[in-house]
Amino acid sequence: MNRFDYVRPRTVAEAVAAGAEPGSAFLAAGTNLLDLMKIGVARPARLVDLNHLPGLAAIEHAPDGGVRIGAQVRNADLAYDPDFARRFPAVAEALLSGASAQLRNAATVGGNLLQRTRCAYFQDTASSCNKREPGSGCDARDGENRLHAVLGWSEACIATHPSDFCVPLAAFGAVVEIEGPAGRREVPLQDFHLLPGKTPERETVLAPGELIVALRLPAEAAAFAAHSRYAKLRERTSYAFAVVSAAAGLRMQGGRIAAARLALGGVAAKPWRTEAAEAALLGAEPGADAFRRAAELALAEARPSGENEFKIELARRIAVRALTLAAAGTPDRLPALPASPFAPIPGGLHG
Amino acid sequence: MSLSVTFIINRVPKTVELDDPRVTLLDLLRERLDLTGTKKGCDRGQCGACTILVDGRRVNACLALAVSHDGAEILTIEGLSNGGALHPVQAAFIAHDALQCGFCTPGQIMSAVGLIEEGHAGDDPERVREGMSGNLCRCAAYRGITEAVVEATRAMAGTTTQEAA
Amino acid sequence: MAEVHHMRHGSNAGQPITRRDGVLKVTGAARYAADNHPQGMLYAVIAAARIARGRVAALDVAAAQAHPGVVEVMTAANRPPLAVHPDDKSVPFSFRMDLLQDDRVRYAGQPVAVVIAETLEAATEGAALLAPRYRAEPVEVTLDAPGAFVTEVVGVGVPGEQHYGDLAAGLAAAARRIEATYETPTQFHNAMEPHGVVASWDGDALSLDMPTQGFALTQMRLAALFGIRAEDIHIRSPFIGGGFGSKLLSGPQVLGVLAARLIGRPVKLVLTRAQMYGPVTHRAPTRQTLRLGAAPDGALTAVHHHVRTVTSRFDDFLEPAAGVSHTLYAAPAIATTYEALRLDIGTPGFMRAPGEASGSLALEGAIDELAAACGMDPLEFRLRNYAEVEPISGKPFSSKALRECYAQGAARFGWSGRPLTSRSLRDADGKLVGWGLGTATFPALMFQAEARAVIRRDGTGVVETGAHDMGQGAWTAFAQIAAESLGLDVGQVEFRSGSSDLPNAGIAGGSAHTATVGSAIQAAGEQAVARLAELAVADPRSPLFGADNIGVVARDGRLVRWDDGSRSESFAEILDRAGLEMVEGRGSAAADADAAERYAMHAHGAVFAEVKVDPELGQIRVTRLVGAFAAGRIINPRLVKSQYYGGMIWGVSFALHERATLDRRTGRVMNADLAEYHMPVNADIPSVEAILVDEEDPHVNALGVKGVGEIGITGSAGAVANAVWHATGVRVRRFPIAMEELLG
Repeated sequence: MNRFDYVRPRTVAEAVAAGAEPGSAFLAAGTNLLDLMKIGVARPARLVDLNHLPGLAAIEHAPDGGVRIGAQVRNADLAYDPDFARRFPAVAEALLSGASAQLRNAATVGGNLLQRTRCAYFQDTASSCNKREPGSGCDARDGENRLHAVLGWSEACIATHPSDFCVPLAAFGAVVEIEGPAGRREVPLQDFHLLPGKTPERETVLAPGELIVALRLPAEAAAFAAHSRYAKLRERTSYAFAVVSAAAGLRMQGGRIAAARLALGGVAAKPWRTEAAEAALLGAEPGADAFRRAAELALAEARPSGENEFKIELARRIAVRALTLAAAGTPDRLPALPASPFAPIPGGLHG
Repeated sequence: MSLSVTFIINRVPKTVELDDPRVTLLDLLRERLDLTGTKKGCDRGQCGACTILVDGRRVNACLALAVSHDGAEILTIEGLSNGGALHPVQAAFIAHDALQCGFCTPGQIMSAVGLIEEGHAGDDPERVREGMSGNLCRCAAYRGITEAVVEATRAMAGTTTQEAA
Repeated sequence: MAEVHHMRHGSNAGQPITRRDGVLKVTGAARYAADNHPQGMLYAVIAAARIARGRVAALDVAAAQAHPGVVEVMTAANRPPLAVHPDDKSVPFSFRMDLLQDDRVRYAGQPVAVVIAETLEAATEGAALLAPRYRAEPVEVTLDAPGAFVTEVVGVGVPGEQHYGDLAAGLAAAARRIEATYETPTQFHNAMEPHGVVASWDGDALSLDMPTQGFALTQMRLAALFGIRAEDIHIRSPFIGGGFGSKLLSGPQVLGVLAARLIGRPVKLVLTRAQMYGPVTHRAPTRQTLRLGAAPDGALTAVHHHVRTVTSRFDDFLEPAAGVSHTLYAAPAIATTYEALRLDIGTPGFMRAPGEASGSLALEGAIDELAAACGMDPLEFRLRNYAEVEPISGKPFSSKALRECYAQGAARFGWSGRPLTSRSLRDADGKLVGWGLGTATFPALMFQAEARAVIRRDGTGVVETGAHDMGQGAWTAFAQIAAESLGLDVGQVEFRSGSSDLPNAGIAGGSAHTATVGSAIQAAGEQAVARLAELAVADPRSPLFGADNIGVVARDGRLVRWDDGSRSESFAEILDRAGLEMVEGRGSAAADADAAERYAMHAHGAVFAEVKVDPELGQIRVTRLVGAFAAGRIINPRLVKSQYYGGMIWGVSFALHERATLDRRTGRVMNADLAEYHMPVNADIPSVEAILVDEEDPHVNALGVKGVGEIGITGSAGAVANAVWHATGVRVRRFPIAMEELLG
């Protein structure tokens, strides 16, 4: 880890000012940043510590059913907030399917949005990586890329975004509140992360010095609470990143789907909300046929970026699974293995 | 640059002069405060061997900058058996042979103490297994670990129920 | 004295007492190597090569040295001289080392420099600032590389090619034949404790805290390398945070010793997790082709087990994967053959059940395939081919309770309800369910060991031997054996171990430590008791006077006449009257060459696995594992079960999780961490059971003990893989089994 200056601002304004200095990085929990510093991927000249800033760690439930979550709220605190888990069960399930209990106790909501990719070539400083070192090339393109992107990738970068949390946030229309040198602004989460294109080093819309101060989930998102799930495929039962994942929410009316939300994880450089699939579900009877059609639409643009063609079909299937689980209804209590295929499946699988 | 940082470590207030902001809580404990019970298995938050309680919550000490935790209350494995009697989790680990080489054990135990405190798993073995999955054990003492945590949970719940009654 | 061996006293051998080191381990007081911090200690951190073949062209030593706190940079240019070349292998079980002898890089992760600093932070960043530049050369790191050669020797001196009977005739005569190719990946030990050392020099005397699985060999190698006397090397290794075959003496630990030599102060050097994917050995990948034939009744007519595996460019260790086919199933014709490749990788080595783990997975899969081809139940098929004598040698087994293992395991698991056809079981949620079986086997080995036992005037005992506890329970099992040999309760025996200053206990490997060291302890204890008996029976004042010393037995701190239990005297009384502070016994143990000539010696077991597979998503979970093992006499059932659980879970890991991903272009391991190199977590193991099947073995050694540390992985990996087939109907022959193979 390189040497750095340590700055402890007392206010958001001080933090923003310090963060705008060249070479600065914001330190929230550090569960991702410190790791990247240890492997030499991040070498900030200055750490601006957000942990002693007041006012960023509140979960504020609005009377209309929406919620505002301070950026410094820890993942576990959010997932286990009873009101939050009741209104946004798929978000809670996604949070609890990520990382480990220790990491969830530390990791923050704001930091989660800014997690860097798990691409091995990004993490290996001896490899070429356009995201880490613009213009150097992409060693993943012809390398070990079994788990890389199948949507939205470019020749410059085929990495995926690793967050579970962001997947239901995208599905349910979360909004990111940002403070910056130019003042406050809000960005829908769906627009917050950028696809790689020719500039994979630009991962989000944040400008230097801009700080995530909160996230909001709108009241309408809570309307999906009764039919809202997250499903995640992993290479071991727990403590693993998603191979693919999906968040689904349904609003049911008279046995038909009145509104649907669907987003995929592990498939692209951003959480992948798929409005075409959502639209196709409107008015449909919930069931295998409708869900499969939606999944086909969700992956219509997908193409392999390497030895990962199987992920396209897996992504369709995880989408179907999440929709199926959502249709069966949110369980009263999250399963012992959140988001796992080995959690109980109400009604079972058919075939 | 020297940074003065104050902690309460195993119930004892402690001020540390840090000559380097890079020091993690793990390296602070192990290399500067002679609290070597907390182990370094990966230094990247991927194994759980360094689990300690910070302000009552289990975290990976390897991914926590010491300077950022100014004012924190820290409990390590050395501080768990207050007054010499083993904590119920420690006793249950021995009884259920929930350890072999012992290297991951302090982290497992601190994680179990945190898990029980969180109160979300209860004595449901499946929830305990999930809740303990942030602690790798290469000797694979998982069966004993789960049994020990379930037993300690019940033992500790018995105590609190009595108090409540 | 055979009867005495099997007597039971309180907490002694055979009893499931809890770990004697348990309190130390649960309180954080157990001191592992890296927990030591001698006065004046500096930190050393390795810089590791990021290419797999070529030369180091430049190191920015100035940048590292400019970093505050950095004291010295050790490179090929200033590394202290060694008395022999690091490639010297005159010490048994040695591997060639990379000790900064030149600018050559022969695998990714090879140490190229060491930075020594006042703090760990400074040393770590100093190592990064070296930013080596290389002259890289093209690499070969896959099993598909050209240049395969036929090898005569595998493992350590094992003949690679062996033939028994007429293979061609056996295959030609078969009514059913299968040919199947299984592939296993590169795996790394990944003990939770990284390799490390705390080294202090005092003139030419060397004091070390380091995890090692063998004091004497480590001393010998260090003595040779540094040109010093082995007895001047003092090693403490009371607790090893997992070894699994990787912790004899590794090159990086020698670099720590060199750094201390260079700087003249104590040095601590601990590998990072990433650095454990290179210089500390690993399990090599294999591609195994099994050709089997069976008669209409399922009797094997031929077994051909061919192994393609790899070693490094500069040293030899070839995974002896075909060995299991020599011993497991009866067949009139058995052939094992090998081909090998040299690749730009670190040298492979001993990793828990080296050979047996990989080989058993392939053999058990192929046997399962043939059973299915014959339309037979896999257990019935295995019983049909049960080896009454060791197939390749024709020797009788010293003991073999495998039939009982099958029976007890099957009963506990409920195997009789298994449908023959695959993809025919579902659970209530609709998950595919499959049941699989694998036979476990591991040789019962003996190395060499010595021990010393003392009976003190206060009637208590002391037993000493430089044994190794890496989790198997040495502190407990050896104390139990010691107590039994001395006729004392375990609480009355002080057991000293974990130091090179004690009698040579050999190596903790080959699942032979308990058998070997235990036998030495037993002999030492018996000798101490005999000395005491000599005093008593020669003394007219003793109630034992006149008894032949064979005629007394030690029990509960007393010598008792064998033929008259009412005549006895306490140890303390005998020593007190003799005016002695203590009596001492020494014991040693080694393989009994005669017995080994006459008998085949193996532990056996049967492992039954249930898996569930999501039919749409392909994710797998092992929902039940039942293993029944027969390994001779069991010293401590509690600890032995833990060993079996651990081995069985390694089997799960082998079948479903572990795989190092090497980039074929650079030779770098792309998942050199614990997030992407997957090993099972707690949630992966909902149910594991081990049954201890009775087995008495009068031949294997004085204690009748076979090893239990490695056998659990054999059989288990195959059982899981076979269960996945039974669940899905898909026979995956490439490991770990990937979900995409099961999507259908």
